[in-house]
Amino acid sequence: MNWWRIPALALCLVLCGGARDPILVPEISQHEIQVRQGFTGADLLLFGAILTPEGNRAAGDYDIVVLLEGPARAITVREKKQVAGIWVNASSTEFRSAPSFYALAASRPIAAMVDGKTAAIYELGLKWLQLSPVGVIDPAEQKRFSDGLVDLMRRQGLYQQNEKAVQISGQVLYQARISLPSSVQTGTYTAETFAVRDGRVVASAITRVTVRKEGFERLVAASAEQYGFVYGLFAVIVSISMGWIAGRLFALI
Amino acid sequence: MDVYLPIANLSVNGLVIVVLGALTGLLSGMFGVGGGFLTTPLLIFYGVPPTVAAASAASQVTGASVSGAFAHARRGGIDYQMGGVLVAGGVIGTGLGALLFRVLQSLGQIDTVISILYVLMLGGIGGLMAHESLGVLRAERSGKPLPPRKRRHHPLVASLPLRWRFYRSGLYISPLAPLLLGMFTGILTMLMGIGGGFILVPAMLYILGIGVNVVVGTSLFQILFVTMATTMMHALTTRAVDIVLAVLLLIGSVSGAQVGAQFAQKAKPEHLRLILAVVVLAVAARMALGLGYRPDEIYTFVTQ
Repeated sequence: MNWWRIPALALCLVLCGGARDPILVPEISQHEIQVRQGFTGADLLLFGAILTPEGNRAAGDYDIVVLLEGPARAITVREKKQVAGIWVNASSTEFRSAPSFYALAASRPIAAMVDGKTAAIYELGLKWLQLSPVGVIDPAEQKRFSDGLVDLMRRQGLYQQNEKAVQISGQVLYQARISLPSSVQTGTYTAETFAVRDGRVVASAITRVTVRKEGFERLVAASAEQYGFVYGLFAVIVSISMGWIAGRLFALI
Repeated sequence: MDVYLPIANLSVNGLVIVVLGALTGLLSGMFGVGGGFLTTPLLIFYGVPPTVAAASAASQVTGASVSGAFAHARRGGIDYQMGGVLVAGGVIGTGLGALLFRVLQSLGQIDTVISILYVLMLGGIGGLMAHESLGVLRAERSGKPLPPRKRRHHPLVASLPLRWRFYRSGLYISPLAPLLLGMFTGILTMLMGIGGGFILVPAMLYILGIGVNVVVGTSLFQILFVTMATTMMHALTTRAVDIVLAVLLLIGSVSGAQVGAQFAQKAKPEHLRLILAVVVLAVAARMALGLGYRPDEIYTFVTQ
């Protein structure tokens, strides 16, 4: 055996660490959120384990980032300015894919975990949200609009970033709680978990959550969408009969 | 009491909505106005999306005006001919309103346009009403009778071609005037979910010069049909009528309307008109301030 082979092998073990990357086994407390009468939001527990490919405890100093994203949609963001003493929507910009919900939970501040480039690639943090602006827009202006949107959504609880929300126990189990407000959109949500080590995302895994209306709420939403005429007629009949009944009842008093 | 609104997609406190409905119902019963001019802004303030607020408030106004309209019908307080013309105009107006709604929405200027319209009209009408009712009250106190009003309707109305006799209103004017008025309120109903009563009643009094005994009944009659048309129009175009929200508002407003009607029978018409003038002016002032103050939200978004 040549003498140089041993350090080369050792070097390879370090550099070709890919084979030693851990795997993530993610799970969510519920895979379906039913929006029914009295729905005031939901609390999700996102948890899982960090294992070696062989299924043993990975036992490394991994950082965990959990990202829950709602269905993306195209939106127009408008900005108000004072024109002749009146606040009006003065300018607007379009984004092709703004998530309707975005919640990030991490075990440590993102900035201390990865560099900007990596954070941008994996969209780790509201700062790095890829909203896909439409048309050529000057970056400063674009940033103003996206900051405005993020701030608005944050205050509505639809965008969240909590960099201390992931707890890791025994270097193997992690858990994070994310709460969804009642104003969440229906659709399929993706929960992506990332394991980060030495400024590098070494593993990721995806699970899904479905948010959907059930029962009466589903019936109402579906009929308003599909049978507008009947639905409208029903609303009119309800309002007239309620008004009429109230009139009758009060006449008795 | 948390209630989830399936179209607005959020959960609200049901009691707050019922109280809100009761408040506007009270106004409705007392003055024969729909009260929608309060409901919609308050719902928006509460976090309900503007389109859903406007669409659902319209059906609340329907409910609040039903029993009032019935009561006035029994008393013979409705000029059906005049009401019919107003309704015809109103239905055309809701159609135009739906188009306008879409255009303004895509331009992002709907809120501003509506607020400016409100400030101008509410300010003008409220001022007019306050002036008149104060005049009447002052004259009563001093014991001097007011000089009788010479002109029954506005000279512009008299210049319109084609005249009809409206017996119950005691008028001989062109039907184009009430038709245009109806159209105008129809547009407003579609845009803001208001019944347009607060504009209709003074306009009928001061512009058309309709007899006082049929004003409120005829206005309720028009509001009833126009808000029904509006609900249908919203159900077919914006699909934003939230039946749960509407029922909550209705529970409050139909009972509020009854209580309001009781008040109205006991109070003096001049006092009522003065109170309405004050409410209308207050809303106008609030809206004017809203236009000038820095809004809470500089950035807003709509889905495409």
